[in-house]
Amino acid sequence: MAKKKTSLYREFVKGLWDDNPVLRMLLGLCPALAVTNSAINGLAMGMATTFVLLSSSIIISLLRKVIPHQVRIAGYIVIIATFVTVADKFLAAFLPEISKSLGPYVPLIVVNCLILGRQEAFSSKNNVGRSILDALGMGTGFIFVLVVLGGIREILGSATLFNLQILGDWFNPWMIMILPPGAFLTLGILIGLGNWLNERKVKV
Amino acid sequence: MSEIEENKPKPEPKPVEKKKPDPRKKLAKPDKMLILNSSPHLHTTKSVKSIMWSVVIALFPAMAMAIYYFGLPAVWMILTCVAAALGAEIIMNLMKGEKITIIDGSAIITGILLALTLPPSFRLTSAALGSIVAITLGKHIFGGLGYNIFNPALLGRAFLQASFPVAMTTWSNPITPKFENTDAISTATPLGSFKFEKIFTDYSDMLIGNIGGSLGETSAIAVLIGGIFLLILKNADWRIPVSILVTVTIFGSIFWMLNPAQYPDPLFHILSGGLLFGAFFMATDMVTSPITTKGAWIFGIGIGILVVIIRLFGGLPEGVMYSILLMNGATPLINRYTRPRIFGESKK
Repeated sequence: MAKKKTSLYREFVKGLWDDNPVLRMLLGLCPALAVTNSAINGLAMGMATTFVLLSSSIIISLLRKVIPHQVRIAGYIVIIATFVTVADKFLAAFLPEISKSLGPYVPLIVVNCLILGRQEAFSSKNNVGRSILDALGMGTGFIFVLVVLGGIREILGSATLFNLQILGDWFNPWMIMILPPGAFLTLGILIGLGNWLNERKVKV
Repeated sequence: MSEIEENKPKPEPKPVEKKKPDPRKKLAKPDKMLILNSSPHLHTTKSVKSIMWSVVIALFPAMAMAIYYFGLPAVWMILTCVAAALGAEIIMNLMKGEKITIIDGSAIITGILLALTLPPSFRLTSAALGSIVAITLGKHIFGGLGYNIFNPALLGRAFLQASFPVAMTTWSNPITPKFENTDAISTATPLGSFKFEKIFTDYSDMLIGNIGGSLGETSAIAVLIGGIFLLILKNADWRIPVSILVTVTIFGSIFWMLNPAQYPDPLFHILSGGLLFGAFFMATDMVTSPITTKGAWIFGIGIGILVVIIRLFGGLPEGVMYSILLMNGATPLINRYTRPRIFGESKK
């Protein structure tokens, strides 16, 4: 029960860097790699995932004493799938273009390891308040990485950021960056840079 | 007596003690022969430095022909790539907090090799980008020279191929009388014109390099001179180029005999594209090729088969780069399965 002693602030902040879902825990890499060919796609994906994470965290945290231990994963999946459907229909109704460009990756949020992982590791053991903070922190960290990843790939791959031309005609877009190899290269370099920074922080 | 006795002990012990270690130290030298060392016990006079610089010398004929056929842009291309490679090497050395390793020549070679595999009219900034990617992502990310899985120069080229597919396949004419009267400023490589238009290029032009293509790969003779120089110095494993060329000849002639109208003859395969350049300079990279002799044969045969398959059946006219990169990736496996048996070990 040492976990109970961590401050509420800590519960939120840990998702931003120290336990960042993508950079530190390497969870949810499928959407992080697949849809980040532009910053706006990354942002939409991050928001949708955060919405699902937050809503299902609240419900699962409330029901944590009701769900039988043996069938908990199936129970979590049903709850998560409900919110994924909500998010999917919402995007299709109000943001049809983004929904189109995200394609099958919105329904696939249901199998995002980040969400199930947080329910299993956190929400099912903590009260609602802490679960909300945890989900918000993790979601913000996820959005942050997806937007940075999408931003870098969009700038280098198509010379724009959030669909605004930011690099002049002198710049030749690196087509590789909006292709799958660009996602792997950028994510790898980001994780490497994160580790490098952490190493230096410890030394200092 | 009392004076002598008093005087003697004082000066004597000190000089005696000081003198004694000196002869011991002299004796200690032969004693070093008894120090136990693990193998290897035989050392060659070769070093990373001497091998790398011999490769640079071996690249001179190809560089000279590149400058002869494509003029000043070739000089700028080579200088840009080498400068970018050296710059990236220094920055990576500083970031990793290690000794600066530009003297060993490996970064210079990566720069030259990359420059010689680029089209003559390629933008210099993009070429520099390729050079930086080659050194950082191709070499230092894996831990530096000796730890990289893929040939850095080819990795840089593959990055450029994926980033700028149009620029990477736009070939400008050599500045020779043959092309003076043509209106077009760009040409096709022999492989490209065969693949898409079924036009054969003259073998003599391909031999001396009077054709379109990447800077250093057009002249078969210049590449051969440099390659044979490397083989004579034993700084490249002869098994690799020999097995690549023999495999391409055999595999290519099988298809040629099946249908001479559809498939080119083996000599065309060998003289065209980057096959010779790749076989002598890229595939023989000591870091990324197998260390066993049996492995070297497998490596070369694999590259040969892949080259013919990609050239004849792939979407691209040329496949030497991807063939070598794929076999680079297979090298650790080849090394593992061709490991010689330890003396006395029983057969399974």
